[in-house]
Amino acid sequence: MTSTTATPDLSEEFAEKSGIIPKIQSTLHKYPYLSPLFVLIVAMIVFTMLNERFILATNLSLMTQQTVIVGTLAIAQTLIILTAGIDLSIGAIMVFGQMMMANLVVTSEVSNVAGYGWPAALAIVAGVLIAVVAGGVNGFLIVRFELPPFIVTLGTLSIFTALSLIFFKARTIQGPEMPDAMTWMGTTFKIGPFTVMTGVLVMLAMYGIFAYILRNTAWGTHIYAVGDDPDAAELSGINTGRVLFSVYCVAGLIIGIAAWITIGRVGSASPNVAPNINLDSITAVVIGGTSLFGGRGTMIGTLLGALIVVVFQNGLALAGYDQAPRVLAVGVLVIAAVALDQWIRKVQG
Amino acid sequence: MSTMPAILSGRGLVKRFGKVVGLNGADIDLFPGEVLAVIGDNGAGKSTLIKCFSGAHAPDTGTMEVAGQDVLFRSTHEARLAGIETVFQTLAVSPALDIAENLYLGREILKEGFLGTAFRMLDRKRMRAEAGQHLQDLGIGTIQNISQAVETLSGGQRQAVAVARAAAFGSKVIILDEPTAALGVRESARVLQLIHDLRERGMPVILISHNMPQVFEVADRIHVQRLGKRAAVITPSTHNMNDAVAIMTGALTVEEADQALGPVRTPVVS
Repeated sequence: MTSTTATPDLSEEFAEKSGIIPKIQSTLHKYPYLSPLFVLIVAMIVFTMLNERFILATNLSLMTQQTVIVGTLAIAQTLIILTAGIDLSIGAIMVFGQMMMANLVVTSEVSNVAGYGWPAALAIVAGVLIAVVAGGVNGFLIVRFELPPFIVTLGTLSIFTALSLIFFKARTIQGPEMPDAMTWMGTTFKIGPFTVMTGVLVMLAMYGIFAYILRNTAWGTHIYAVGDDPDAAELSGINTGRVLFSVYCVAGLIIGIAAWITIGRVGSASPNVAPNINLDSITAVVIGGTSLFGGRGTMIGTLLGALIVVVFQNGLALAGYDQAPRVLAVGVLVIAAVALDQWIRKVQG
Repeated sequence: MSTMPAILSGRGLVKRFGKVVGLNGADIDLFPGEVLAVIGDNGAGKSTLIKCFSGAHAPDTGTMEVAGQDVLFRSTHEARLAGIETVFQTLAVSPALDIAENLYLGREILKEGFLGTAFRMLDRKRMRAEAGQHLQDLGIGTIQNISQAVETLSGGQRQAVAVARAAAFGSKVIILDEPTAALGVRESARVLQLIHDLRERGMPVILISHNMPQVFEVADRIHVQRLGKRAAVITPSTHNMNDAVAIMTGALTVEEADQALGPVRTPVVS
């Protein structure tokens, strides 16, 4: 038997495509955080021109502190959205975790809440663990019963909110009622002209850790593969159910740490803290270039996305705009980010 | 050749999906070093048959042997451990991941020591280097960038990545399910070339295809599947395409086909 087929020249098909637009497209495709980075830099320049107080060290420090809650929660949201899921219960889990911490730690001597008088370290660990369990419940329902993440977390949003009220009432526990360790995340110190909050450093460290994990571990690769094409991942020998479940548990861990940070940042544990935090975390992830369809995105992008939202809010306020135009600007950003993602996804080499 | 035991065989395989009978007592034999094409009409059970060996389905009854061992695969992972690699019709590649990551998807090379075992940390350097070597071995080492996302590749290139993955890890058998169905003429030619190369390296290949000219070009023997069973096994040198189609559609009986079938031939290397 002889081959009658001419062997095609293999090399030329792999040649790079030229032209400026396709080049931009494929560069953005490869480095999806470039577009939010560009937006952030341009926004900062523009807002400084509108009001020079924007670029002052005090304002920059303030903006990092305004980012810390949504920024930390957005790490968890990024992991979940990378698997093509979504978590609407992030805020509810966070509130449940912080109310648990605060109620475990207080005593009736300093507070009109009965409390349990646990040591702060134990109370914090217990609050983080309950967040892991809550994330695990989401993951279990999604994997075991093959329910859409949107529906599961819409349900658990109500359930965890209700549980917080049932167990811990609607009582806000103030910082002074608690040991100092509870508000340690909110302590600040000076580095040059900047006021740095401990929680911000913890958030940045978590971004670094999870960016590294996503890039350099088998677990990270499997998260992308599951979000990209679950059937292909399964046929490639990946246990997709286990990957999904572990992602929701790890998201719970991050949310638990965010609960501790929130007590420090706000200076109290309140069931009404950050009511829009679920959608805000999704906004940060999307503006950061992570695809809602899963399988594409970076941690650094999400951090930039969270900063962009704060920079727009803060910069527009300093430029004299009130709440409505600021909300409008964030809405435009979200749609622009998704439109850009759709365009980038069309890349073909 | 005829005295060599089959590297892969199945006897009396039955697989039902509810009321639909996918396999109705099918047999199959694959001998070392050959390319066996599996042809048949839609619904004849070609894909079901090979999916038993890729681990995507488990047969209801029947026996399967690989290299003399009785096997029953409950997952693609188990089939891979037995040395059988499959290129599925859907390719099963992850578009957003790069070429190296796709080659090692589900069996990443981990760093040695604690970092690898406890944190499953990737040895990215080794993955890149070895992925590059595998592509080189298949004559597609001209891919510019091993860290290129698979979705930036053309259909033929993706197919090449999927075939490279199978070739890199398949130690006993490689199964290709309709590898050229979605490809153009040029890209199909490349995949056929890859099949030639695999056979020259002594790797037994099962090829499922609808494309008769391709089947007759690359196959040593042709397994004709009809109504969930093996209707006949023919060779490109004893039968022509019309015979194959006639057996496939039932126009020619199994007996007539068997009479026409000569002794099993040693494959001729092109």
